[in-house]
Amino acid sequence: MAVRHEKDGAPGTALTTLESLIAWGRKYSLYPFTFATACCGIEVMGAFGTHYDLSRFGAEVVRFSPRQADVLLVAGTINYKMAPVLKRIYDQMLDPKWVISMGACACSGGFYNNYTVLQGIDKIIPVDVYIPGCPPNPEGIIDAVVRIQKIIETGAPRAAERWPIK
Amino acid sequence: MSIVLDRLRGRFPADVVSTHSDFGDDTALVRRERIVEILAFLRDDPELLFDFAMDLTGVDYLGEEPRFEVVYHLYSLEKKRRVRIKVRLHEDDPVIDTAVPVWPGIDWYEREAWDMYGIVFRGHPNLKRILLYEAFEGHPLRKDYPKAKRQPTIGPEE
Repeated sequence: MAVRHEKDGAPGTALTTLESLIAWGRKYSLYPFTFATACCGIEVMGAFGTHYDLSRFGAEVVRFSPRQADVLLVAGTINYKMAPVLKRIYDQMLDPKWVISMGACACSGGFYNNYTVLQGIDKIIPVDVYIPGCPPNPEGIIDAVVRIQKIIETGAPRAAERWPIK
Repeated sequence: MSIVLDRLRGRFPADVVSTHSDFGDDTALVRRERIVEILAFLRDDPELLFDFAMDLTGVDYLGEEPRFEVVYHLYSLEKKRRVRIKVRLHEDDPVIDTAVPVWPGIDWYEREAWDMYGIVFRGHPNLKRILLYEAFEGHPLRKDYPKAKRQPTIGPEE
């Protein structure tokens, strides 16, 4: 997007395409839905709090209805009994939607290699950004949000468009 | 011998297999046939009054025979005493009468023992899985449950 700034008192003009204008708007108004099931949820609270302040990146309006959310932030252990709930919430979100898998448990099951924990949420839903860590720092969440913004800005395909991975 | 085990032995001489209270932990291994009578006696006897069923759990002694064990932990709020009742069950017939008529609160413990060990509590009013979901295959706390076994992921409709 090219913006011309001329300090001659005349109204400014912006030359752009509709796609990049929409992407620019989306990029700074990502509404997250936090699916926090474990200690990662505490770090999410830290990221939304005043110290790390995720609202600097336009992603502070937490929606507790999946129908109003753009980003599903899965923070914590997902077990087999919880898996259908997560899938349903993902299905209820409107396109375009992105998924952040936060922490070792959501990414791979973590150290819960046992009979009841789902070994990574990408077994049931497409994931755009993985955050490693147990739990990750709030910086990790900020980094993930910035990466989602990059995906929107560049028009890169979402994970849902590549799903299921063959 | 403690008063609790003495009274239990005196009342059910044929059903008490063995007892010990080496460290003050009164424990009795009993036969399963009259378990409900034994538990009701422990609850109602004026000297004992075990009115609080604190816990029920299963144990899997894989390789031993009988393989399974059901353990009741009882407490008397009146007498401030505890007792542990154990019952061994065979692998091919892991069935025991329910203790829900004696203490209604033991309902969920029995469901948990069914869920995790596959021990059947005959006469239980609602014997179904309590922690896991209905489509789960097997009983995961059995020692021969495969460590790396993965369960089918169920959809939102199930």
